Amino acid sequence: MKVTIDGHEIEVEPGTSILQAARMIGGESVPPAMCYYSKLEGTGGKCRACLVEVSKGSEADPRPMPKLMASCKTGVMDGMEVKSITSPRVLEARKAVTEFLLINHPLDCPVCDQAGECDLQNLAFNHGKEQKRFKEDKRTFAPENIGENIQLHMNRCILCYRCVKTAEQLTDKRVHGVCGRGEHAQISTYISTAIDNEFSGNMIDVCPVGALTDKTFRFKSRVWFNKPYNAHRNCPTCSGKVTLWMFGEEIQRVTARKDEFHEVEEFICNSCRFDHKDPKDWIIEGPRKFEKFSVINQNNYTTKLDKVVLNTEKQIVEGREQDRNKISMKAIPYTEHESKE
Amino acid sequence: MATKILLDKINIPGIKSYEVYRQNGGYASVEKALKEMTPDAITEEVKASGLRGRGGAGFPVGLKWSFIDKKSGKPRHLVCNADESEPGTFKDRYLMEHIPHLLIEGMITASYALGANLSYIYIRGEYMWVFKILERAIKEAYAAGWLGKNILGTDYSLDLHVHCGAGAYICGEETALIESLEGKRGNPRIKPPFPAVSGLWGNPTVVNNVESISNVPWIVNNSGEAYSKLGLGRSAGTKLISASGHIRKPGVYEIEMGITVHEFINSDEYCGGMIDDRPIKALVPGGSSVPILPAHLIYKTANGEDRLMTYESLSDGGFETGSMLGSGGFIVYNDTACIVRNTWNFARFYAHESCGQCSPCREGTGWLEKILHRIEIGNGTMEDIDLLWNIQSNIEGNTICPLGDAAAWPVAAAIRHFREEFEYHVLYPEKVKNRDHFVNEPFSTVKHLINK
Ligand SMILES: Cc1cc2nc3c(=O)[nH]c(=O)nc-3n(C[C@H](O)[C@H](O)[C@H](O)COP(=O)(O)O)c2cc1C
Ligand code: SF4
Ligand code: SF4
Ligand code: FES
Repeated sequence: MKVTIDGHEIEVEPGTSILQAARMIGGESVPPAMCYYSKLEGTGGKCRACLVEVSKGSEADPRPMPKLMASCKTGVMDGMEVKSITSPRVLEARKAVTEFLLINHPLDCPVCDQAGECDLQNLAFNHGKEQKRFKEDKRTFAPENIGENIQLHMNRCILCYRCVKTAEQLTDKRVHGVCGRGEHAQISTYISTAIDNEFSGNMIDVCPVGALTDKTFRFKSRVWFNKPYNAHRNCPTCSGKVTLWMFGEEIQRVTARKDEFHEVEEFICNSCRFDHKDPKDWIIEGPRKFEKFSVINQNNYTTKLDKVVLNTEKQIVEGREQDRNKISMKAIPYTEHESKE
Repeated sequence: MATKILLDKINIPGIKSYEVYRQNGGYASVEKALKEMTPDAITEEVKASGLRGRGGAGFPVGLKWSFIDKKSGKPRHLVCNADESEPGTFKDRYLMEHIPHLLIEGMITASYALGANLSYIYIRGEYMWVFKILERAIKEAYAAGWLGKNILGTDYSLDLHVHCGAGAYICGEETALIESLEGKRGNPRIKPPFPAVSGLWGNPTVVNNVESISNVPWIVNNSGEAYSKLGLGRSAGTKLISASGHIRKPGVYEIEMGITVHEFINSDEYCGGMIDDRPIKALVPGGSSVPILPAHLIYKTANGEDRLMTYESLSDGGFETGSMLGSGGFIVYNDTACIVRNTWNFARFYAHESCGQCSPCREGTGWLEKILHRIEIGNGTMEDIDLLWNIQSNIEGNTICPLGDAAAWPVAAAIRHFREEFEYHVLYPEKVKNRDHFVNEPFSTVKHLINK
């Protein structure tokens, strides 16, 4: 089947979604996906960030589709023509969706462990407005402890349902889900309090935002201060193929390996993720590469960081000796004579 | 008196009970269908009747039935949508409460036409007493042999159950209803696949409104052609209207489509005119989801023709000067009503009822509600009015199910036709602070205060 996206033509199998076709083409035309996850069945259709315009339905029925379509859930038809970044309507809708996702978001990136590898940050960077129109108080949720390994920050959640599908499809019993509706919909374990399953940690990796983070990594480092390495071990439960996030000799975090669309290549087990933090446990394959613009490359292995030398005169940077002394209270001796007068 | 086909027997004492219903010609359509007609012949009759769905969208019922996938060999289901939760709509309740066997008769005949052997009525949780009425009626129908195995000695069997919802408007959306019926969270599904291909438990399913199904017995008894002669053009047949608001006689009326809006509001047979001498100010003709009409567009369309009670005439002029027949929730406002408060009230409803699945609706409906509330209590700004307009247009068309649109349209129409009232709230907060504005001071007497 032939489909054209923003003028790029590609042949795909029947049953391919527009989003998958766009990913095959790659580049700027790939719609952002906040809820779709190709490795999880039944995801997608919810966030509406991936909306595209179908300007020609198919060869057989060339009429354009009146509404913008969720590219992750719309199958391609032979001869279909799609506009992603070439459609002002689409860009407008993406702006709108970005704004909707952000109005109640706490914007606490400075204290969020996800910052630097967060899809919502990327979406906001690419499609956000530099303007705030939401004057009301943001929605907040009472903190809820969902277990030993995973930290839930409901205020950051965008209700993509990925973690729900992960629990449904990877673990043998789902004990959390979405409770309540509308604005009050929230991820919760409702009655049972702890999520405890050897694959539950994957929920952290699929979560596009910092709503589910790793308790063993909490506040340890910013992701761009870590050096990511591909590594593996002989694991009886999973493939054992992971990314290690190192700080010097210390393994601060273990995650699955994520591809350029931030989807894991293979799910890993909790034992690899949480219990193996000794470098001796792992065979390190080499540095893990990230897409060019990722902030994780700040601490990459390719450009050598020279010692920073300030070429400004020392005096300008530090000030003159006598000036520094003048503004120091304790540098001027106190005499009794002074206080009596 | 106009032709009535749903409410004609409503005043017969005891019509709720099986015996009286049967004595008055009840269940004749089942006899006729099972003994004389093939399922496809019934579908053809319904197609010929021109009956359109009464749940809001107005999709032709016969056409919907003909889409049901009969080739896959999977079991098929008919589900009756009795979740009636649209503000301003209460016609289904009236039907089920007063003449429950009509719906059950319709369910049997329609299920036979679709080849369904297991059918459901999904009723909203707040209609508990109606649920009990239906349960009793179904029991009577089983006892009399109209339900169960080998109905009337034929090889057709049907089981019918009533299922009670738990208080969510969104479960009236057909795919959310199916999810809920399956015991899951009532989140609308993403279409396609449509229920006609993959509905309840993945089986081909038809979802129809109570009133749609209740029309089927008459059509089978009297032929589709006879039905298509009622009403006007593509708005065939009769329609139940739930009339409420500032009228003398609120209630459920069966009208033959094609009468004028003027006649419906003012004749003694129907609403009986306005409640007092305050003039009409606005009309919501089809339930809270449809655009509100200002006084000058109620009785006449934009090009000066009489506005009729039909699908076509009510939507004449599109969303610029028209509205929709929707589910027939007919709300009349006189000039004591505050459109801002009314819009806020609707917005609050949608914010409360959004399932929260897709971002524009989850976040947008709540945002609309908050801004409208701010304006209504006198804390709004002029920019807020434009912001409202922008937010609603960002929601419309970008959501999974039509609830997002339904939340956006009333806001858009209110700003389109009543922008000055919003401005009045912004400019004169002290006048709206006691919430009795327009009751003592109709808007027409203060309108001049808004300097353009
Ligand atoms: C948010 C929402 C709520 C709805 N609520 C109802 C309802 O309460 N009753 C109903 O019959 N249809 C309701 N509908 C329409 C149904 O989705 C569906 O179109 C209808 O049941 C089809 O029946 P009909 O073809 O007989 O009209 C609703 C739709 C939406 C989007
Ligand atoms: S917690 Fe994360 S993965 Fe789960 S629904 Fe929220 S944003 Fe999605
Ligand atoms: S439009 Fe609203 S009610 Fe419909 S699926 Fe989306 S969030 Fe749910
Ligand atoms: S990725 Fe398609 S709707 Fe979320």
